Amino acid sequence: MKVVLRNPRRELAIPGPMSVTKLLGRLEIVRESVIVIRGGTLVPGDAVLADDDEIEIRPVISGGAG
Amino acid sequence: MKCRVCRGPAVIDLPRHNANFCVEHFLRLCRNQVVKAIEDFSMLSPGDRVLVAVSGGKDSLALWDLLVELGYRADGLYLGLGIGEYSDVSGTYARAFAEERNLSLQVLDLRDTYGYDVPTAAAATRRVPCSACGMSKRHLFDRAAIDGGYDVVATGHNLDDEAAVLYGNTLHWDLEHLARQYPVLPARPGFPKKVKPLVRLTEREMAAYCVLRGIDYQVEECPMAAGNTHLGYKAQLNALEATSPGTKAAFVLGFWDRMSPVVAGLRAAADEPPDATQRCVRCGAPTLAETCAFCRLVETSAAHVPVPVPSPRRRGRR
Repeated sequence: MKVVLRNPRRELAIPGPMSVTKLLGRLEIVRESVIVIRGGTLVPGDAVLADDDEIEIRPVISGGAG
Repeated sequence: MKCRVCRGPAVIDLPRHNANFCVEHFLRLCRNQVVKAIEDFSMLSPGDRVLVAVSGGKDSLALWDLLVELGYRADGLYLGLGIGEYSDVSGTYARAFAEERNLSLQVLDLRDTYGYDVPTAAAATRRVPCSACGMSKRHLFDRAAIDGGYDVVATGHNLDDEAAVLYGNTLHWDLEHLARQYPVLPARPGFPKKVKPLVRLTEREMAAYCVLRGIDYQVEECPMAAGNTHLGYKAQLNALEATSPGTKAAFVLGFWDRMSPVVAGLRAAADEPPDATQRCVRCGAPTLAETCAFCRLVETSAAHVPVPVPSPRRRGRR
């Protein structure tokens, strides 16, 4: 599957099928710090991502302290 | 994975609630959490004119959307901070949101109006960028609210923001800031009431809300904030949340429930204006000095050679 990461933007190719939870674990990404988007909508942790899926792992943390 | 409410297909899992939700019931959850925050802390009254501090990011746009959905009269104010492409893109999202929904958005550009931007202010005053930015925002949102006759300023601070600030204040036992950390600041002479209706919702929930509501927002991180202490605190708290869901909410909401009454006296003292009769000779804002901190920042920054936006990589090496 094609995985788009942000901040900075980059792409990874990872073989599917694989669950969202397993993918985040493999990439060592904390679940609470991202949302996962496929086809314009959210996918939950137990959703299985297919080999031909294109997904975005979008960070949700913003850092302004002012 | 099924929705806890309707057993339909879920789109999001929320470990802190030990539950999953479909689109409809997740959006309802968000609205209910905002209503509870507004009611618990007496943030808003029906008919209030609300000025939303809009950045173009997920939190402020979600907040504006939620307040309008709940029936409040809410206008927006966007400040052009002059942080290069980041600010240009952020402004585009803020304007598009307002135009698509026929909402009123006031736009104020620091460089055009006051002759400085945040990177230059940070260099000129030798403050960290978030400090110069925060001071500018507080002053200009206060002033816009007073001048525009708004009852209250609403900001998009969420549960993660509050948890990170509380974590930092606690680590340093900063009693003055602990006393002031509360989701409502009452109006004082020269200052409007300020509220944070998103304090019961996490950053992840706000990002999810925007995606499910079709709200486009600035996803990129502010280049001036990269590597700051606040982000480090958030990462540490999210590591705790991963192994013990609900920790952040217990930390923040428990603080307000059980510790705020303990420090209430300190808060009352901190909220007292230093000298209600003294006003800045330039802008009229309450101040301890002849000229307020914002007007001094403007004077110093506008006289400084414009400073380019540092790259995140360079800042990260500091």
